[in-house]
Amino acid sequence: METTVVCRGVSKIYRQDTVAVPALTDIDLEIPKLDFVCLSGPSGSGKSTLLNLIGGLDAPTAGEIEVDGQRVDKMEKGALADLRLRKIGFVFQAYNLIPVLTARENVEFVMQLQGVGAEERTRKARKILKEVGIEELENRRPGELSGGQQQRVAVARAIVSEPSLVLADEPTANLDSKTAENLMQLLRHMNREHGVTFVFSTHDKLVMEFSRRLITLRDGRIVDDVRRD
Amino acid sequence: MNRLPLLIRMAWRNLWRHPPRTLLILFAFVLGVWSIVVLAAYGRGALEQQIERSIDNLTAHVQIHATGYRDDPVIDHRLPPPGPALRTALAQADVTAWAARVRVPAVVASERESAGIVLVGIEPARERGLSFIAEAVHAGRYLDADDDPGLLLGRKLAERLETGLGRRVVVMSQDANNQIADRGFRVVGIFDGSPEAMETGYVFIGRATAQQMLKLGDSVSELAVLASSRDRLDGLVMRLRAASPESDVQPWTTLEPLLVLAEELSGTILTIWYLIVFTAMSFGLVNTLLMAVFERIREFGLFQALGMPPRLILGMVLAESVILLALALTVGNLLAGATLLSLKGGIDLSAFAEGLEMFGFSPIIYPMITAADFVTANVLVFVLGVVACLYPAWRAARYAPVQAITRI
Ligand SMILES: Nc1ncnc2c1ncn2[C@@H]1O[C@H](COP(=O)(O)OP(=O)(O)OP(=O)(O)O)[C@@H](O)[C@H]1O
Ligand SMILES: [Mg+2]
Repeated sequence: METTVVCRGVSKIYRQDTVAVPALTDIDLEIPKLDFVCLSGPSGSGKSTLLNLIGGLDAPTAGEIEVDGQRVDKMEKGALADLRLRKIGFVFQAYNLIPVLTARENVEFVMQLQGVGAEERTRKARKILKEVGIEELENRRPGELSGGQQQRVAVARAIVSEPSLVLADEPTANLDSKTAENLMQLLRHMNREHGVTFVFSTHDKLVMEFSRRLITLRDGRIVDDVRRD
Repeated sequence: MNRLPLLIRMAWRNLWRHPPRTLLILFAFVLGVWSIVVLAAYGRGALEQQIERSIDNLTAHVQIHATGYRDDPVIDHRLPPPGPALRTALAQADVTAWAARVRVPAVVASERESAGIVLVGIEPARERGLSFIAEAVHAGRYLDADDDPGLLLGRKLAERLETGLGRRVVVMSQDANNQIADRGFRVVGIFDGSPEAMETGYVFIGRATAQQMLKLGDSVSELAVLASSRDRLDGLVMRLRAASPESDVQPWTTLEPLLVLAEELSGTILTIWYLIVFTAMSFGLVNTLLMAVFERIREFGLFQALGMPPRLILGMVLAESVILLALALTVGNLLAGATLLSLKGGIDLSAFAEGLEMFGFSPIIYPMITAADFVTANVLVFVLGVVACLYPAWRAARYAPVQAITRI
């Protein structure tokens, strides 16, 4: 089976002044293509750190990380930026959108960096915004959208250029449970319809229910890894 | 590159996220640009007037003397009248006027007072358009002919000698045979001059009259030549030197080294002013941009997470300052243009001008903007402005994405 993400012996130690904070210790992990994985665990267990390492936003202290067969831990900054641009979508907990751009411009932003032509950009952005149910609000700036609407736009942007992998760090943390459920349904829909692999983190039991695989972290180690489908 | 419109659009909108702040910095820059351009125009105008006046006050563009005259301007250093070769050289299109002059130290005396002066024998017709004197006679008449028996006296000198129009004065000097030559003249015209030294230091008579009085035969002291332009005189000077190898042919820049110095000095002063104004402005600009960058650290982290290359982030912040600078330059130049246009008639400094006039500055200054001054001011502000903004832009592009994003 094709794998999208592979971690071998990944550790991350943060150095704060003279103190070394181990955030992740010896993580081995394979995430096959099209998986829908939830990272859970208490606060400080290393969920965000792991997502950031997979996305190449930070470098591991030790170990190897592959995304789509490419060694993320060995890449240079420029190549990493390009990998994120073409293969990885991010959704963060909040402040996902560029404040000076409208909802549609935010969705088009990534495609514009990729060099997609204006017409195709607009067509794709409209289509995806419709899919996430925001088509009427496409000309609003982030400040004029609710938290849930902003997250939907962020999902639309993460998905629009069909990346191999979407990493979502507590995408529902700022949403009420009803909105959170809707967003998770949207993510699952995207996972199925667009063939995109998802890895997301959460504290929320309800959100975990949506996953097909639930990984639990504690003190920087994987303590549980169950298939749920 | 199809990303440029995106960068510009984002930069433009970012600028207007805090309109008061942007307007304030814009205002400071407009003021700076305005002051630079207006000051340059006034500096240039004052200098230009000073040079033109000096050229008008007998210097002309090129002078030909006997060798030694410039060090010791006495009657022994004299020239023969221009021969055919020199006349041909002077007949070309780049020469607009020329005239021969007798020019010797002398004493002029009325019945009450006497004064040391420079006696200038001129060719009245040729001198028109060459120097100030033809237009400067405000009472009486100008000289009629080379052998006009009359004399022109400066107004201030006439007061000092307690004489006036129609009265007689005696001029005394040394003739070509080293004998004292003196002759009585009737004052036929009173002239104005600026600076005042022109009125008190020079007395004009006809060239032939002077030659006769000083037993010069047909020799003269100098040939003054006016060219079609005061710049690029090299070709003309070379030609005249070739046509008159025994004499001393010099452009005004050699004859009036102080003017050249003044030109250089005013250039230096302007540059220093540019730098002072610019430094003040750039502190404001860099400060504003740094503030804007610090506020948006999280956004820059987001850009990196989305795969925006750091150089584009740098480009976006630079685009913000480029837009700001372009706006400030446009408005500043327009305002400066309007100011200069409305003061085209000259600004009258005569209230504080007594000192100025002594140094040959006119009390009324006509601003003058040259393309070079204008381009220098604009390019300087623009280039230095962009350079000053490199630091904030570089900071923005350099944030490590994780730290930037986790900072809320
Ligand atoms: N930039 C950093 N510098 C130093 N220590 C850090 C840094 N980022 C994270 N840590 C530490 O690493 C450990 C893992 O943090 P991480 O943010 O990955 O946890 P998390 O599971 O995402 O927690 P939460 O549920 O609160 O988001 C924590 O002990 C945290 O304090
Ligand atoms: Mg976290």
